[in-house]
Amino acid sequence: MAAPTLNRADSGSGESDVQTLTISKALNMGLRAAMEANPKVLMMGEDIGKLGGVFRITDGLQKDFGEQRVLDTPLAESGIIGTAVGLAIRGYRPVCEIQFDGFIFPGFDQIVSQVAKLHYRTQGRNKLPMVIRVPFGGGIGAVEHHSESPESYFAHTAGLKVVSCSNPTDAYWMIQQAIDCDDPVLFFEPKRRYYEKAPVDTTKAPGPLFASRVLRSAPSAGAATLVGYGPMIRVCLDAANAAAEDGTELEVIDLRTLSPLDLGPVYESVRRTGRLVVVSEAPSESSITSEIAAKVQQECFYSLQAPVLRVTGFDTPYPPSKLEEEFLPDLDRVLHAVDRSLAW
Amino acid sequence: MSSPEQWTHPEPASAPAATAAKPTAEQVIAGLRATDQGDVNLVQLLTPEGERVQHPDFDIDITAEELRGLYRDMVLIRRVDREANALQRKGQLGIWVPLLGQEAAQIGAGRALRPDDMAFPSYREHGIAWTRGIHPTELLGIFRGTDMGTWDPVKHKFHPYTIVIGNQVLNAAGYAMGQKFDGQVGDSDSEATICFFGDGATSQGDVHEGFVWAAVYDAPLVFFCQNNQWAISEPTERQSRLPLYQRARGYGFPGIRVDGNDVLATLAVTRWALEECRQGNGPILIEAFTYRMDAHTTSDDPSRYRLSDELELWKLKDPIERVKVHLVKQQWADSAYFEEIEAESEALAVELREFCVNMPDPPPERIFANVYAEGNPVLEAQRDEFLGYVSGFAGGEH
Repeated sequence: MAAPTLNRADSGSGESDVQTLTISKALNMGLRAAMEANPKVLMMGEDIGKLGGVFRITDGLQKDFGEQRVLDTPLAESGIIGTAVGLAIRGYRPVCEIQFDGFIFPGFDQIVSQVAKLHYRTQGRNKLPMVIRVPFGGGIGAVEHHSESPESYFAHTAGLKVVSCSNPTDAYWMIQQAIDCDDPVLFFEPKRRYYEKAPVDTTKAPGPLFASRVLRSAPSAGAATLVGYGPMIRVCLDAANAAAEDGTELEVIDLRTLSPLDLGPVYESVRRTGRLVVVSEAPSESSITSEIAAKVQQECFYSLQAPVLRVTGFDTPYPPSKLEEEFLPDLDRVLHAVDRSLAW
Repeated sequence: MSSPEQWTHPEPASAPAATAAKPTAEQVIAGLRATDQGDVNLVQLLTPEGERVQHPDFDIDITAEELRGLYRDMVLIRRVDREANALQRKGQLGIWVPLLGQEAAQIGAGRALRPDDMAFPSYREHGIAWTRGIHPTELLGIFRGTDMGTWDPVKHKFHPYTIVIGNQVLNAAGYAMGQKFDGQVGDSDSEATICFFGDGATSQGDVHEGFVWAAVYDAPLVFFCQNNQWAISEPTERQSRLPLYQRARGYGFPGIRVDGNDVLATLAVTRWALEECRQGNGPILIEAFTYRMDAHTTSDDPSRYRLSDELELWKLKDPIERVKVHLVKQQWADSAYFEEIEAESEALAVELREFCVNMPDPPPERIFANVYAEGNPVLEAQRDEFLGYVSGFAGGEH
């Protein structure tokens, strides 16, 4: 890995190296590159060593970097986060794996009380360059606590940064950029998309970490804007393809960063289309999608042709998995919202 | 002996077997007593009467100059504590957390540390701060509301005060793991970490997880529990059936109870524990058996939950008085010396008072400062909007 290129989109030089990778493999390669680039980078988590993690994201890393850099930890999430804080103060750059979204809550206290606040408390004397990786979201037919979308809790907490990747290229580069960041980063991985493939250029970062990205443009009037992140980007792109077949252009924006939000491209888009549908599988109340709706009405008030609509999970606990197809936003629910927006 | 299953699934009250299965009142009381009395295993080198006693495992050679130094530390930090308490009563501090009675536990432990060792405090560790070279004025802002502690934790090797009970124990375990990963463990020149927490904290999950982590990674970490008998209003018996130091056995490392009102014993035991950690034999739990002679904080009222007789009993075990008696008996100090220390402590109190009343309020920019290391444009926009709003008032302020 060429560390200096991490935050610059245009600095790659020489031959490009494009490989077709799954998100899972891209994360694995990104972690490996970060460990090779900086001996202070450590992996910590449950079953991440010999087993390579329950999703195999850390596969082979302990074998190559040793047990002191890839730690199979005791089974306690507060312990993982709390000891990572101490290691970070000591000069390490810990990357913690939380096995499943619903298991992050035993570590919530350490994240909110220490990880988020130590830099502020010490006025910058303690930096917390740590990453907390969280496979999140539903759609895998799992039992309770394995399908949640807890990102809003962390976006609501000052001192943390929160990102989510949606494709293999971002998986490869964003994880390295997050590890390179001197602030603590919650890194949400779309677990139901782990095995989706796409070409990845491993020589050049596509852009900075804390920036949203327009994935599909819709220059003409009569269009609408779709905004999502993580696992919902696939749904948004499928919806845009389906709408295009019916003659409706949808602009699709991948947020990528949930805190800080980078809404410039969203404002720019909404000022052209006048219509916005925000998609997330998290419950809607007091969430990322609420924040976007509030900000867009504030910044794009005179451009809006319809109210900002949201397509989200419901304000319930995550249901038994036989009901998750109804719970999770899908192509039809997104297109239904687009139709309502266009008909307003 | 009855089984736990019988206790948790009792037969109806009329069934004699179930009644017999419950612990008797005497058994319960005996269990509680074991937690609140210093037992035969208590390490002590200086009795409350100022008599030097020997201990087979933890003796210490101490010179007159060293003991005078420990005495001075304790007198000064007690004076700081009393002055800060008074400053709260005068409205100059919002709250104060008294250390009265715990001077020996803190000075003994703190003076066992070397500059390269790392210390993680809770929020009552004013004596430890003193031994880490932090001037007491640097503590005041936390309690006046002007900052969250101004010392540099990297330079002083003294972590910020941690107010969420037990959080710092895991942070300390991680730091000690880092010392080990850095190859700084294995001989007498190595580093160690010490972590301070109270009897109440021993019930927190983070403390248990810290025990587990430090144990399985062989971390060079001394867990230093100041059992001051009270977690605000709850006695130690509410936290444990077992004497706290005995918990270490369950995690697979040594636990030891020391007279926390005996500065020599605390120094000796902490030195030993740190040395074991340097050699790679950590972690170790020390329970310093002491007493919180004042309230939990200035907002607390101990008369609602404990008897004054108890305080009177502990006054007889005062940590400073026994050292003074011993210094006199040994003819290691005379009245001129004690007067000199008294004058120094008064001067320090004056310095503290003057510093406190002159502390300026922080500017509104401070709200937004250093939330992030690499900035955040959303927050910066919020800051700029607010500061613009504030500057619109006459004089630039509300």
